[in-house]
Amino acid sequence: MRITFEKRLERSRLSIILVPLFSFIMALLFGAVILLAFGVNPLQAYAVMVKGSLGSIYALSETLVKAIPLMLTGLGVSISFRMLFWNIGAEGQLAMGGIAAAFVALFLEPYIPSFLVLPAMMLAAVLAGALWGLIPAALKAAIGVNEILTTLMMNYIAILFVEYLYFGPWRDPEGYGFPGTAQFPKSAWLPIFTGRVHIGILFAVAAAALTWFILNYTKRGYEIRLIGQNPRAARYTGVNISRNIIVVMLLSGGMAGLAGMAEVSGIAHRLYSGLTSGYGYTAIIIAWLASLNPWGILLVAFLMGGLIVGGDQIQIAMQTPAAVAQVLQGAILFFMLGGSIFANYRIRTKNNREKNTSGAEQHG
Amino acid sequence: MHKSETKVVVELKGITKNFPGVLANDQVDLEIRTHQILALLGENGAGKTTLMNVLAGLYKPDGGQISLNGKPIEFHSPRDAINNGIGMIHQHFMLVESLTVAENIILSLQSNALSLNLDRVRKEISELSQKYQMPVDPDAYIWQLSVGEQQRVEIMRLLYRGADVLILDEPTAVLTPNEAADLAAVLRNMADEGKAVVIITHKLNEVMSFSDRVAILRSGKKIDSFLTAKTSKEELARTMVGRKVLFHLERSKCNPGKAILELENIEALNEKGLPALHSVSFKVSCGEILGVAGVAGNGQRELAEVICGLRTAKNGRIYIDEEEVTNCTPYQAIDVGISHIPGDRLGVGLAPNLPLSDNLTMKAYRERPISRGFFLDREQLQIFAKNLIQTFSISPPTPETPARLLSGGNQQRLILAREITANQGVIIAVHPTRGLDVGATESVRKTLLEQRERGTSILLISEDLDEILQISDRILVLYEGKIMGILPTADITLDEISLMMAGQTLEKFNQPIPATGSNP
Amino acid sequence: MDNAFIISILIITIRAGASLLYATLGEIFTERAGILNLGVEGIMIMGAATSFSAAYYADNAWLGLLTAIIIGSLLGLIHAFLTVTLRTDQVVSGLAMTIFGTGLASFMGQRLGPGRSTMVGLQSPGFERFPIPFLHQIPILGPSFFNQDVLIYFLYILVPLLWFFLYKTRQGLKLRAVGENPRASDSMGINVTTARYLYTIFGAILISIAGTHLSLGYLHGWAENITGGRGWIAIALVIFATWDPVRAVLGALLFGGINAIQFRMQAAGTTIPASFLNMMPYIFTILVLVIITWWEAFRKRIGAPAALGLPYVREEKD
Repeated sequence: MRITFEKRLERSRLSIILVPLFSFIMALLFGAVILLAFGVNPLQAYAVMVKGSLGSIYALSETLVKAIPLMLTGLGVSISFRMLFWNIGAEGQLAMGGIAAAFVALFLEPYIPSFLVLPAMMLAAVLAGALWGLIPAALKAAIGVNEILTTLMMNYIAILFVEYLYFGPWRDPEGYGFPGTAQFPKSAWLPIFTGRVHIGILFAVAAAALTWFILNYTKRGYEIRLIGQNPRAARYTGVNISRNIIVVMLLSGGMAGLAGMAEVSGIAHRLYSGLTSGYGYTAIIIAWLASLNPWGILLVAFLMGGLIVGGDQIQIAMQTPAAVAQVLQGAILFFMLGGSIFANYRIRTKNNREKNTSGAEQHG
Repeated sequence: MHKSETKVVVELKGITKNFPGVLANDQVDLEIRTHQILALLGENGAGKTTLMNVLAGLYKPDGGQISLNGKPIEFHSPRDAINNGIGMIHQHFMLVESLTVAENIILSLQSNALSLNLDRVRKEISELSQKYQMPVDPDAYIWQLSVGEQQRVEIMRLLYRGADVLILDEPTAVLTPNEAADLAAVLRNMADEGKAVVIITHKLNEVMSFSDRVAILRSGKKIDSFLTAKTSKEELARTMVGRKVLFHLERSKCNPGKAILELENIEALNEKGLPALHSVSFKVSCGEILGVAGVAGNGQRELAEVICGLRTAKNGRIYIDEEEVTNCTPYQAIDVGISHIPGDRLGVGLAPNLPLSDNLTMKAYRERPISRGFFLDREQLQIFAKNLIQTFSISPPTPETPARLLSGGNQQRLILAREITANQGVIIAVHPTRGLDVGATESVRKTLLEQRERGTSILLISEDLDEILQISDRILVLYEGKIMGILPTADITLDEISLMMAGQTLEKFNQPIPATGSNP
Repeated sequence: MDNAFIISILIITIRAGASLLYATLGEIFTERAGILNLGVEGIMIMGAATSFSAAYYADNAWLGLLTAIIIGSLLGLIHAFLTVTLRTDQVVSGLAMTIFGTGLASFMGQRLGPGRSTMVGLQSPGFERFPIPFLHQIPILGPSFFNQDVLIYFLYILVPLLWFFLYKTRQGLKLRAVGENPRASDSMGINVTTARYLYTIFGAILISIAGTHLSLGYLHGWAENITGGRGWIAIALVIFATWDPVRAVLGALLFGGINAIQFRMQAAGTTIPASFLNMMPYIFTILVLVIITWWEAFRKRIGAPAALGLPYVREEKD
């Protein structure tokens, strides 16, 4: 008797809710075990995390702050994933966006009327991220080079470039030892809503709306979805796949670039070392967890932000390393990955060789 | 020369094999003898490959018995079969391209020894090469070899494992005529050495020139077997196709208008880089259905793809309404008015996970009112979809249902709905009724006839002779990428078509004559 | 440039490159089997953390190594289970491993010290350098290659061994087949599933040892983010080395050397070219990728295992 997995025809309704829930709970349990092993009270820890990320206006605002770049990069990544183009390069695209925005803020600012500084920075950031994404896209479209590997490599180049800039020619002379550029002039700061929540949140929501709109209400979006669902059918119906690859990466890279701008302009007000701290990779996780749904991505990014802030809180309040947030993140992912198998597949035991697909095509 | 001491090495008795909805083998008896090349002849779906797959250990029979050298035996896997000396070479080779010939052969050996022993393998390969006159370079990489050479490697693999019964599935499908001749010689050598060889084929030429005996399958049953020397192509063809009862559809007299689709000397290659179409020329007029008959794998797929812009034509020209469209992109083909009902419904014609509405608008989404500039008007999309669902009776009638949940018949209706609505004068229909039940089949054919009434030029490519005979005005037979003949349906008999499908050129049709116009 | 300078550069190059080499070799074998493991960074740092703490508490570097091997196997098993049996997306699974691994290692680093304190600053037994008699007296090469720690010496044996395994043994042949054409391999009786599990775990073990070399050899101590992205570099190196163990040595030396030179340069006061120097390997890797993809024949000879990243589903026998 062999056990095999057989693809379900339709994801069972129940499983779409149950599986993530179950995975989440399992992950929490797993995290609790780890915490206990290190002498930390898991209940207390979780309580602190929740309070610290969602328990007060201040907490919520901190969560939002962390979530904004995640939302933008998550959305960007989701567009490319819709087309089965694996953009692992959001990290680098974000960095390039930050660089471009910093460039405008530090060097072009004196020549631009102050009300145009921010728009100029946004534009520069979007273009920079888009162009950074264009290179792997062009390589894939023209020659078919594996995009997972190229986008990954581009990340490193961008990260090193950022480092070079803030350690080198753009280094803040009065840096006080913190690696980074000088602070941006006030006209280059993103206005704030409350706490540290800057209008980047609006970018994120706008990006979600834009993504949703493009995918559902434009011809381009239709083509993107079609390619992702069945590239052969797309080709058969005359869709220009190369052009779509380029467009998608421009969008994807552009959004990540904008995230970079939001970070340097809204939070740190400078180009700094913390810019590249893995948002690009977390974005992939977020997009995947949210099943590429734009509104889902906003939600998941928010929760992920909460997780990160919660982790920081644990560090402060309980002297427990903030890294616990990452451990939980990883655990959630593992259980979700494992759990998704049940949503999409059914276990079959092979006693009798029953073939059971519906609409069996003519044999031969 | 080769009649010596042949004895029965394998006997199949009453082999039955069922698949859901299909009885692939129905109580088939077969004898396979040493020193002999047996041809297993039949059309697609006759059950030849299935039968041999059973013998080679890939399938378990639902009934019947296999005997090896007189003793009953059961195979649980291909490995079992090979260990007992029975091996099969499939149409798709199982070779690892980045490795060498010797390495591939080593891989298929069962040993768990650590070392590679390349030298010994090389030596044995040379010996086998000599013995069977089959030159094979042990150190060549598979990707460097031609298809014919790769096939030889596959054969070598079986011989190396000590196979006494070798089964080849449509072996010349991927070979050039020269390579085919070489293969014939190799097989003859093997038979002379005492091996039992079985070739699965649908080509009469092959049967006559390769084999000593031929067994014919039709619709899962073994019909008859002959000594090749004592039979004729005509007899084989007739046995292969049998008498069929055709049901009639009303078809008005053909009043063809001007030639809309025209091909001139088209040459094209298939996936493996081998010629798939040779000098194909024909015209299809307004209000006419030209049926392309032939056994699958003789260039039909490539023909459809070339016309629709999915494959490059190496030579030749294609015209639509006198405008040249050779080697245009799929988009241009659609633009110029070609509708394509693809043979691969789920793989090419639909996006299975997308809803009906999205699938229905795969062509129309570029036009008003569904789209305006960049934007897609969802409401219009829904209206369009609902319209089509109703007109073509697609079930279930909910536009949100993912296409993969539809039955085969409804999926085909979906595709038809889409293509016919977008139809601007030329329809290329490939196996439009494959896998459909009687009712769906009838409705599809009726629809095609309706379009013909409206003046559409239709190229119907089908493996179903019934279908071709039923609704085509003229018939074109394709064999190995060449046109064997084009004639009005009324002027051709079933026998003649079968012969041409199996490769026989008939004096009557030595010059393919298009129905209208003169030879290009 | 005098001998002493050359020797010092070589020494750093080798020491810096060793952990890269271990990780690259491990990932090469995993990818050869057709599995993409993006969790290298996570596994490496877990190896570093666990081996360091084990060595500290057991007062024995070898136990540290053993621990790393066990942890590596475990993590490799998880990745294999997710990607081979459950057939989940290899990219996401690998990223999850990285996030999880780096998080847990960081956690451990701050908590595994005596009394639940940080491990930073602790002294543990490690793998010290020792000269090999006679060999270390060879001019220039002697003091550079033959005055290293045992993990590096092991590499001198490991690389030829792996090369031999891959190209000269039947098992190695099977491995090469599995990543190229799992279907053909399956039809030839090779158990694709077993192979993928085996080589994913094997790869993870080597990656974990790479981490061990960092915390018990090269850097000998614990620091937050001790791996510093080396795991990602290893992934790049695999491509750079075109999946060949011997070329991996070249790549590791190159990347290691660049690190070393940059170190020297920073010490000397110039930092400007450092980042650009560091970029070169990645740019080279992209170029290598482009060339490989473009030159079809080239790809078939030495290239990405054709089935890399694609789950293998044995077609249901009808």
